[in-house]
Amino acid sequence: MTNPVISSPHIHGPANVSNVMLRVAYALLPAIAGSLWLFGWGVLVNLLVAITAALASEAAVLALRRRPVLITLRDGSALLTAMLLAIALPPLAPWWLVAVGSAFAIVFAKQLYGGLGFNPFNPAMAGYVLLLVSFPQEMTSWAAPAGLRSADLGLVQTLLYSLSGTLPTDIPPDALTSATVLDTMKVQLGMAHTVNEIRNSPIFGHLGGQGWEVINGLVLLGGLWLLWRRVITWHVPVAVLGSLALIATLFHLIAPEHYAGPLFHLASGGAMLGAFFIATDPVSGATSPRGQLVFGIGMGLLIFVIRTWGGFPDGVAFAVLLMNMAAPTIDYYTQPRVYGHNRG
Amino acid sequence: MSTLTNSAAPARLWKFHGGLHLPDHKALSCEQAIAPAALPKRLVLPLQQHIGAPAKPIVEVGERVLKGQIIGQPDGFVSAALHAPTSGTVVAIEERPVPHPSGLSAPCIVIDSDGEDRWVERQPHSHWAGLDPSELRNIIREAGIVGLGGAGFPSFIKLNPGARTEVDTLILNAAECEPYITCDDRLMRERADEVIAGARIMRHALHARRVVIGIEDNKPQAHAALGAALARIDRSDIELVQVPTRYPTGGEKQLIKVLTGKEVPSQGLPIDISVVCHNVATAAAVHRAVELGEPLITRIVTVTGRGVAQPRNLEVLIGTPVDDLLQQCGGTTPTLSRLVLGGPLMGITLQHHGLPVTKTGNCILALTPGEFGQHGPVRNCIRCGECARVCPANLLPQQLYWHARAKDFDKVQDYNLFDCIECGCCAYVCPTNLPLVQYYRYAKTTIWSQARDKKKAELARERHDFRLERQEREKAERAAKLAKKKAALEESPATDSEEAKKAAIKAAMERAKAKHEAAGVEPKNTDNLTPEQQRQIDEVEARRAAAEKEE
Repeated sequence: MTNPVISSPHIHGPANVSNVMLRVAYALLPAIAGSLWLFGWGVLVNLLVAITAALASEAAVLALRRRPVLITLRDGSALLTAMLLAIALPPLAPWWLVAVGSAFAIVFAKQLYGGLGFNPFNPAMAGYVLLLVSFPQEMTSWAAPAGLRSADLGLVQTLLYSLSGTLPTDIPPDALTSATVLDTMKVQLGMAHTVNEIRNSPIFGHLGGQGWEVINGLVLLGGLWLLWRRVITWHVPVAVLGSLALIATLFHLIAPEHYAGPLFHLASGGAMLGAFFIATDPVSGATSPRGQLVFGIGMGLLIFVIRTWGGFPDGVAFAVLLMNMAAPTIDYYTQPRVYGHNRG
Repeated sequence: MSTLTNSAAPARLWKFHGGLHLPDHKALSCEQAIAPAALPKRLVLPLQQHIGAPAKPIVEVGERVLKGQIIGQPDGFVSAALHAPTSGTVVAIEERPVPHPSGLSAPCIVIDSDGEDRWVERQPHSHWAGLDPSELRNIIREAGIVGLGGAGFPSFIKLNPGARTEVDTLILNAAECEPYITCDDRLMRERADEVIAGARIMRHALHARRVVIGIEDNKPQAHAALGAALARIDRSDIELVQVPTRYPTGGEKQLIKVLTGKEVPSQGLPIDISVVCHNVATAAAVHRAVELGEPLITRIVTVTGRGVAQPRNLEVLIGTPVDDLLQQCGGTTPTLSRLVLGGPLMGITLQHHGLPVTKTGNCILALTPGEFGQHGPVRNCIRCGECARVCPANLLPQQLYWHARAKDFDKVQDYNLFDCIECGCCAYVCPTNLPLVQYYRYAKTTIWSQARDKKKAELARERHDFRLERQEREKAERAAKLAKKKAALEESPATDSEEAKKAAIKAAMERAKAKHEAAGVEPKNTDNLTPEQQRQIDEVEARRAAAEKEE
């Protein structure tokens, strides 16, 4: 018997990319279920459209690039990108919006850079930002959470609305949509209202927006599960949420009428999703634990800055992309001390 | 027993970065008592079974040798002796395939055993405490003892700290951290006294202040056996410390960190921080060499894995073919798919079963597909950083991989490639199944060969420069000689020499003239003619006169 020369190690651990991606996808399920309950069938339609577009465009590009299609699709990364984008989009968005965002994320933000592992930016957030700057109107008309909308759509009606843009004659569009809490906060603060006045609006819940605080709670739950299963480490989420909370507290203490408190920031918008699911994307983030802390802190501060002084109500997507740009530099300056080398 | 486990002062333990908790698979063989392997018909003994220069053969083909007789002399300082593991006849000294990562052949001495297993005369030194450390080192050097943990560094060198260096701690490495391997475990359980005796000899040779045995806590019975052995002697002499089971704790640098908190400097040796580290099996071999006069001709080998019918621990003559050992373990199973020498994390693939066991071969691992673990397709690195989290050297394996792949060898060195101990943790956890360690080995060997080529080129350049310089020098020397001659000529005034020349010419002409005059004007060749010659001349004259008249 002659054996080929195979270099050690001869055994391998249980980890593989598909496992990692699928676990992250599982961790999103509670938040998806909560969204479905609160925002209606549009969440599911978005998911279906986004996943279909992502897988189809990934397959097409892979075929063009003469790369193995099925093996690559099975890594689960396109699926996850589509899921993350879908739950970040307004639940009653037209189908083409979702499809364009999803295809752009896969084709331009991922495959054109060389595919999984080579994309410098988080594909889902690149897709999201493309849509946000190209179609601001569609992107800011959010489904109203259960209890705040005066009408409900069934699955078929939602599907029809997504595909054709037509509603049953007895339902006006504003019965279904409303501004998000972050949007409201921003606009009202601009109109010289105080934080407390704004918080009396019915779309506010106990911490953040009505419904949003529940979703963010479910995202947190999924994130904690990822931590427990060691799919992610604590560094990024703690750094993002900690720095966001810290700077929000600071400003809130200085001028409580002009700056919302830390809990509002944590429980509204995409802060939780960004901290646990987006910023922890290994491909586009920083790698070393120290680097991840820097990455997360930068992101938390940027979220606050964009939400407070920027032109958009939420800043998670921009914050992620900006920190993606900084990641290589962060990695360079946060190298650990190698065994046997002098400190400092 | 409680007093044993509490032996010595409870040492403070440190942690090294990274590492892995691996399924250890030691249960396959750890209850198998050491059994002597059958005497093989033929032994193949590579001349190099250690780090350093190969031994020099001092026997000839056809020569009869006795068990324990030296057959290879150490060649140079970093080298080890080689002995005949049994009595028999040297049948060949030639290149044979040897267990080496490259799969290449190397010079070996081949001995056919005569079945008598007759010993050469041994020289025990039971009174070693009275011996000088240098004498002890000589005995150990002559016995051919090298590190039995796997690296194979000649042991006497590590027992020679140099005159100015004080040894603070002698560490006995009993961690045995690789999965599957149980040979040290069995050795400690069954021959704890030998290990302790060896440790004491080593301590004497080193004048070490402390002796610490570091043993992973997954070997409670070995720990107890060592404790009992220590109890039988003066226990305060040697500390026995249990360390957490975590691969690669048995790496010298990692164990030193765990036990002392100190780090061996990069590119340095343990002795730089006053520490010396030896494997427990090496200690036992030292005991045998010194107290029994037995050179290193056997070692304990774990034959294990699901690819072998009955995993065992065998005491094996160095040079025994792996085939023989597999047979003694009930043969291999049909599912065997890879044979490894050493552990699953750092061992090398054995290309065929006929290769001999060497001094460093602690384990023969017959792996079946089910034991390899997850192995999906190799994908692109997703920069998850898992490799950096488990790297015991605290390197950035992912950056090393990128730069090694890009053949950017300056960058790989910037990222401290040569601090990599090739433990395999990074590749084990990599979710994209990248063969990371392979890339590092490739980068290391390329850098080494580039360095060699550079050195060669430098030598050639130096030779060339030297030649040019010599030519220049010779030219200069010739020019200097010429100039000197010229200068010498110029030193006598020019006018004098011309006048002298003229005078000489004049004198010569005058001499010639005087001679001419003295001799007379007539040509002398018409004098003293014979009558015959005169007659011929007269005839010529007559003809000439006649001719003139006709005109």
